[in-house]
Amino acid sequence: MEMMSGAAMVVRALKDVGVKHVFGYPGGAVLDIYDALYAQEDVQHVLVRHEQAAAHMADGYARATGQTGTVLVTSGPGATNTLTGIATAYMDSIPMVILSGQVPSVHIGEDAFQETDMVGCSRPIVKHSFLVKRAIDIPDAIAKAYYIANTGRPGPVVVDLPKDIVNIQESHPYQFPDKVQMRSYNPTIKGHMGQIKKALKALLDAKRPVLYVGGGAIACDASSLVTELAEKLHLPVTNTLMGLGAFPGDHQQCIGMLGMHGTLEANKTMHNADCILALGARFDDRVTNNVDKFCPHATIIHVDIDPASISKTVNAHIPVVGSVKSVLTQFFEQMHEINDTERKEQLADWWEQIASWRTRKCLNYASSNELIKPQQVIESLYRHTQGDAYVSSDVGQHQMFAALYYPFAKPRRWINSGGLGTMGFGLPAAMGVQFAHPDAVVCCVTGDGSIQMNIQELSTCMQYGLPVKIISLNNRALGMVRQWQDMIYKGRHSHSYMDSLPDFVKLAEAYGHVGIKVDKPEELEDAMARCFALKDKLVFMDIAVDQNEHVYPMQIKYGAMDDMRLSKTERT
Amino acid sequence: MRRIISVLMENEPGALSRIIGLFSQRGYNVDSLCVAPIEDSSLSRLTITTAGDDKVIEQITKQVNKLIDVLKISDLTDGSHVERELMLIKVATRSDAVRDEVKRTVDIFRGQVVDITPRNYTIEITGTSDKLDAFIQTMSQTAEIVELSRTGVCGLARGEKAMRQ
Repeated sequence: MEMMSGAAMVVRALKDVGVKHVFGYPGGAVLDIYDALYAQEDVQHVLVRHEQAAAHMADGYARATGQTGTVLVTSGPGATNTLTGIATAYMDSIPMVILSGQVPSVHIGEDAFQETDMVGCSRPIVKHSFLVKRAIDIPDAIAKAYYIANTGRPGPVVVDLPKDIVNIQESHPYQFPDKVQMRSYNPTIKGHMGQIKKALKALLDAKRPVLYVGGGAIACDASSLVTELAEKLHLPVTNTLMGLGAFPGDHQQCIGMLGMHGTLEANKTMHNADCILALGARFDDRVTNNVDKFCPHATIIHVDIDPASISKTVNAHIPVVGSVKSVLTQFFEQMHEINDTERKEQLADWWEQIASWRTRKCLNYASSNELIKPQQVIESLYRHTQGDAYVSSDVGQHQMFAALYYPFAKPRRWINSGGLGTMGFGLPAAMGVQFAHPDAVVCCVTGDGSIQMNIQELSTCMQYGLPVKIISLNNRALGMVRQWQDMIYKGRHSHSYMDSLPDFVKLAEAYGHVGIKVDKPEELEDAMARCFALKDKLVFMDIAVDQNEHVYPMQIKYGAMDDMRLSKTERT
Repeated sequence: MRRIISVLMENEPGALSRIIGLFSQRGYNVDSLCVAPIEDSSLSRLTITTAGDDKVIEQITKQVNKLIDVLKISDLTDGSHVERELMLIKVATRSDAVRDEVKRTVDIFRGQVVDITPRNYTIEITGTSDKLDAFIQTMSQTAEIVELSRTGVCGLARGEKAMRQ
């Protein structure tokens, strides 16, 4: 058996798992591990500027590829700085492994320098965690961490490594397990056949069916099956914020995103449906609005790999536990030949109804000669990237505009913090995507508020030559906060404006990048073209947009799904 | 409604804190908790009494079951079951009359006096939580209660049903 130090084991185990990139920041407790990283080339380490960004990078990397993202940080502040990133990944079920240094075992509990109970701090926001006690347990713990992170419902896993067990002066036998098996962890992947038959019957009998597709369909790479099912059965499809791209946004059967800022047609279709097939979606409050008024006519079929997500907020009539991919495969096995003409006829009235909702064109907005509209920027971005870019976003109005005006045709292209709503996510996530896909066009749609929450990573971008395109919708305000203050707080803009903003162009230049400022609508197209012509450069587009624009449609609080404001003056 | 939930889990450091953490994190209450390793010392069995409607209990069961360290979970109150709780209770016995009355009450409740000093008796009593409540109630009318400690409920399903690995 090979002999090596605990630190070497960590690096070797990462290699054996297949890790290519580690996002991290060194410090006292992990110096031995960093020393082991120095001596090899299998695992590339990316030096970030703040540990929170390391977690978001690993997260973006995982969302874009489906592979587990890896973070390496030191004990204490290094570890606690990752917590927001871990919570972000947890809420959106993103596979991630966080290796955190810990003070030497003998000092645990003594309030030693840079000591934090990382396993305790992270407990409510991880899928699982390990505090490794002996060097020989390192390979097993790391193998298990990656197995847990990326099977079943994915999620982040913390591996806490006390300094003494990774000591480079000591040698221990290294054995990487051939196979990981855990008696207490066996996620259900295949659906129950009886439930599947029931679900299929309800779906085929329905006169007003709808497919409601969430991030779970992307997590298990079931997009093509979703599309196949929708096309075969002529079903209207709505994607959640996390599910954008799971079903192509430019497909004629796509009725857009649903929920708080969903399209009129999506929310109307849901509310009036007689059968909802939810695939890897979790009926969260930003979708359902008031659960007591939620879709009163519908038989709800809920397919989810996590039994705890089923009937958590909305009761499912036909629950099916399993991965979307397996369950849809089972659906197809059970489905008889579908007569296409009959099927179309069966749903003709329903589609006619949907078409009438679509005529409202709820995403139309008033353009202006003086002010750039944020919607217009996203539409321009869509054109200049042929709708085929990886787009990360931060959180706020710009996020909703990007979600609504950039119809994603493919899964894993839309990278956003849906569940936790983490400002500061966009830039580092885009960087993680760019590491995974060095040749792809990667954009970060952000705002003047969000971008400043992790702007230090512009330095990391320079170090690694990442040509991320930052599309900042600068409205000199925290737009979404301001919108709510306009709507609910009588326009009292309490602390929602960003006084003394930096000159973002100069800031980008100070970090060695290109900055482009755009003030007028007529400059937008040229500026976008210039931005995307600079293929090898990071370009920071500081675009001044209309400060008074609101995101519409918007659900009305305590109402049903389809109780919505359609503009500042109209409601359903 | 009161429920007794039984959990079979890995006997590992941190496993208990994950379960308890989950209860506080998701706003479920823990009325009592009883935990110890079983015959296979790599496993622990934990019994929690909690309260909630069917929807809450369903969520508790699912969320606990989702924890990686948990092997099995069952709601004992779903079917017929045996439940017991043990209590040690120390009462002041300052006169012969009190001592006699305490002894009589202990006999009636089928408890045992396990320690005696000139000033107090320590009594061991086992039963359902209701019975222990009744005992405390009765005893408090006779003697001053110095201190008491209860284990929390533990229980098993009746008959053939068993929770095994």
